[in-house]
Amino acid sequence: MRARLALLILGLALLAAAPPVATLLNQPFYIDLLRRVMIFAIAALSLNLILGYGGMVSFGHAAYLGIGGYAVAILAQYGIANGYLQLAVTIVASALVALVIGAVSIRTSGIYFIMITLAFTQMLYFLGISLDQFGGDDGMRLAARSDFGSLIDLADSTTFYYVVFVVMVLFLYVIHRIVNSRFGMVIRAAKSNEARTRAIGFSPYPYRLAAFVIAGAMCGVAGLLFVNHTAYLTPDFMHWTRSGEIMFMVILGGIGTTTGPVLGAFVLLLLEDTLSGWTEHWQIILGPFLILVVLFARRGLAGLLPGGAARD
Amino acid sequence: MNAVLFVEQTLNGLQFGVMLFLMAAGLTLVFGIMNLVNLAHGAMYMVGAYLAVAATQWTGSYLAGIVLGLAGTLLVGIVVEVVTLRTLYERDHLDQVLATFGLILFFNELVAIIWGRAALFSDIPQALAGHVDLMGNLRYPVYRLTIIIVGLLVALLLWFVVTRTRLGMLIRAGASNRSMVSALGVNIRLLYTVVFGFGAALAGLAGLMAGPIYAVQPGMGELILIQVFVVIVIGGIGSIRGALAGAVIVGMVDTMGRAFLKPLLGALISPTAAESAGPALASMLIYLLMAVVLALRPEGLFPAKGH
Repeated sequence: MRARLALLILGLALLAAAPPVATLLNQPFYIDLLRRVMIFAIAALSLNLILGYGGMVSFGHAAYLGIGGYAVAILAQYGIANGYLQLAVTIVASALVALVIGAVSIRTSGIYFIMITLAFTQMLYFLGISLDQFGGDDGMRLAARSDFGSLIDLADSTTFYYVVFVVMVLFLYVIHRIVNSRFGMVIRAAKSNEARTRAIGFSPYPYRLAAFVIAGAMCGVAGLLFVNHTAYLTPDFMHWTRSGEIMFMVILGGIGTTTGPVLGAFVLLLLEDTLSGWTEHWQIILGPFLILVVLFARRGLAGLLPGGAARD
Repeated sequence: MNAVLFVEQTLNGLQFGVMLFLMAAGLTLVFGIMNLVNLAHGAMYMVGAYLAVAATQWTGSYLAGIVLGLAGTLLVGIVVEVVTLRTLYERDHLDQVLATFGLILFFNELVAIIWGRAALFSDIPQALAGHVDLMGNLRYPVYRLTIIIVGLLVALLLWFVVTRTRLGMLIRAGASNRSMVSALGVNIRLLYTVVFGFGAALAGLAGLMAGPIYAVQPGMGELILIQVFVVIVIGGIGSIRGALAGAVIVGMVDTMGRAFLKPLLGALISPTAAESAGPALASMLIYLLMAVVLALRPEGLFPAKGH
């Protein structure tokens, strides 16, 4: 456990040191790349809460990335760039959407749960395509970046980097606390044995729904950051392959581990970046890589680190 | 809305439903029998379409294109099953979703490398190129009519195979208790490979028939795949009867929604609001339907027996 903590701190320290190093080497591209990676790490962290600890295989997590993106872009379109207001709207909107989707989906399980979460996200995706006044199929440019006051200027690449970094570390901590609280225990108990959880007097449904809503709101925040990062909004934020990608980050890193999703996001996106530098047809390498990971590295990358196996 | 338009859209809905059924039949069998969630089923649809186009150009004969396309997809399906999917049957759905997601990336890119990313267009064969006069002034394309007939014939054939033959008996037995079937001396692995191969070939058939109507391009399989998932979830996973019912329902609802929802909404709310709400609602309609069905009957409309 101590070795893992030391590794985590080392990793975070390296990330914190990245912008000055990149500036020194005159490689600002890497600040951009790492920022994108950390935004997806946030999305993957939130998915891990329900997927890894709650056993809810949501195949539509990109929906909240879209909700966050649209909340910011639509408000900005109407001249409301206040970041704190946008943040509040993002959290409330994604929590509400997650409440509706969760309320219906959690009544089902297994393959039906996978499919119904996918179906809801498809609905939102097509809704996004049909919103012609907000870009429709082609998407639209973000009218203005979220404005968090003069101290936190997202237009400054390095400042934005540290904002994302802080949010990621905060979410790591919050999820760690949630998972180890009484609430988190019930979620994990319901995953490992629903009948016994009921027998000791807990009805899993409200706990699962609450976790689903929390995860949705967290991913909404990732959406807010992502649209500020790309400065462009398209319905592709919610494309189903995006949901698959986020899901793969969680699996790759190690399902149900604290830091696994972050690790997964880093490895997947940096790999994508490297491969796409080699060949235009990088997906032909990535596809089989995915299959090999699923077939042979069942505990994910976090299982390979010292202090190894995930606790169930 | 006039009667001719209505009949035409009904036929279009049926044609789309039949295509969905060809895809759904293989997918639902694979799920019902091997308990495998196969996202790569759409890739087989794409492979079928590409192989048929390539074979038609190579031989110059549409018939040879069909035969080679079907045989090729069957072969690709068997190879995929033996190489990757076989080890996934015992895993949970999450692993299956991810591994088959990897297969999608692989096949889409492979096709893009061989044939390029631009859409290919194939011609409707000469013999099926015309229109038929159905009623009054409705002229319907022969090709679409042929698709409907082929699809219904395949449905009939499937029904016969599953309920009246030894292979069908094994398939049904395998779905309800696989260890018992294997204890009785049936080579269950071979059975799985055969079922998967034919499921892939059916998807390939749908793909090669789709070629002349829709564009043949990388990623074409995923567009239809998600709708096929809606079909089998509505119909009840693992049931062929459910797949047929679900396919016709989804085909009809989708086609009718796109054709008539806008004018219908226009009559209810203001035409300008309907202008934007109509198409949006039309493309969301089948997913709404699925959510409602799942909320009311979580096992689908025709749940498979023996689960």
